[in-house]
Amino acid sequence: MGAQLRVYRQKIKTAQTTKKITKAMELIAASRIQKAQARVTASTPYSRAITRAVSAVATYSNVEHVLTTEPEKIERAAVVILTSDRGLAGAFNSQVLREAEELSELLRSQGKEVVYFLVGRKAVGYFAFRRRASEQQWTGSSENPEFELAKDIAETVLEAFLRDASDGGVDEIHIVYNRFVSMMTQTPEVVRMLPLEVVEGVEGPDATVQPLYEFEPDVGTVLDSLLPVYIESRIFNALLQSAAAKHAATQKAMKSASDNADKLITDYTRLANNARQAEITQQISEIVGGADALVAAK
Amino acid sequence: MATLNVSVVSADQEVWSGEADMVVARTVEGEIGILPGHEPLLAILAGGEVRVTLAGGEKITANAEEGFLSVQSNVVQVVASRAALV
Repeated sequence: MGAQLRVYRQKIKTAQTTKKITKAMELIAASRIQKAQARVTASTPYSRAITRAVSAVATYSNVEHVLTTEPEKIERAAVVILTSDRGLAGAFNSQVLREAEELSELLRSQGKEVVYFLVGRKAVGYFAFRRRASEQQWTGSSENPEFELAKDIAETVLEAFLRDASDGGVDEIHIVYNRFVSMMTQTPEVVRMLPLEVVEGVEGPDATVQPLYEFEPDVGTVLDSLLPVYIESRIFNALLQSAAAKHAATQKAMKSASDNADKLITDYTRLANNARQAEITQQISEIVGGADALVAAK
Repeated sequence: MATLNVSVVSADQEVWSGEADMVVARTVEGEIGILPGHEPLLAILAGGEVRVTLAGGEKITANAEEGFLSVQSNVVQVVASRAALV
């Protein structure tokens, strides 16, 4: 009896347990977004100060630096891909990977060789599944990126950039990551990090009279130590943005999963009620039919 | 008298900011003192203390590592990947 009913009840129970999990994950993600966003905001003064300093150097001196000069011929380009370590975040990882694929396609069509630097277990898994090589990988701390990680990545890519192309060095570095636009939107973004395009600082009130800018020890050395720091802060910012975007994406995905579970529960409850009612109706008609038969037999 | 607008920032947060009368920091070439009206400057810091003297004579000390010091029209920024108040 009630086989149908039992199946429906089982399905309702499954949907309920799933919903409990997704709901919990949604709440966790929501609370983590706040923290991740606060970190993005907290790191803004640093990146703003560095950007100002870099543009000051660019504006008040005309020194050439290896990191800002465009190489004559670009043979190899590096792509740094920032993904998360965990899934359950909707299109978060796939959209950034797709963007990276499009970029590689473009670079290859320009006759450049592409090498990859991967951040996050998802990117590593994606590459391992396709048996594709990558230069270096970082996993395990994309949820809560520390500055040390940004520093490590910056050092590695800078080292690759400064190496000769014949030595396996790269001439161009791109970074692909998810930018946190709002709670609802996270857009994948491609930024060419090196060679640097230093955006000229805002011109002073009178361009002919520039204040005498003093550099200690000298312009070259200042630039030497400033530009890597600038790269670091750009990477750090990208990491933080990506972490915040991941939490937002998780929250969104888990919210729709919970909503979906809700809908399933309602649908199955209706079906279960129907099945129960049908069973009762059948039992009644059986009893009535039996009684009628008894009366007729008398 | 003009005062300096000082901020000390590290990679993940702003450590301190406010008005001050004088800033003393260690650059790779030696200690440098900044008073209001200092010419624009960009210097690499050697790890060590940055001392900020407030208007009342009170002193604030911060440790800064791997960073630089920028001065422009009485705005002083001490920017370091790691910095902490002592």
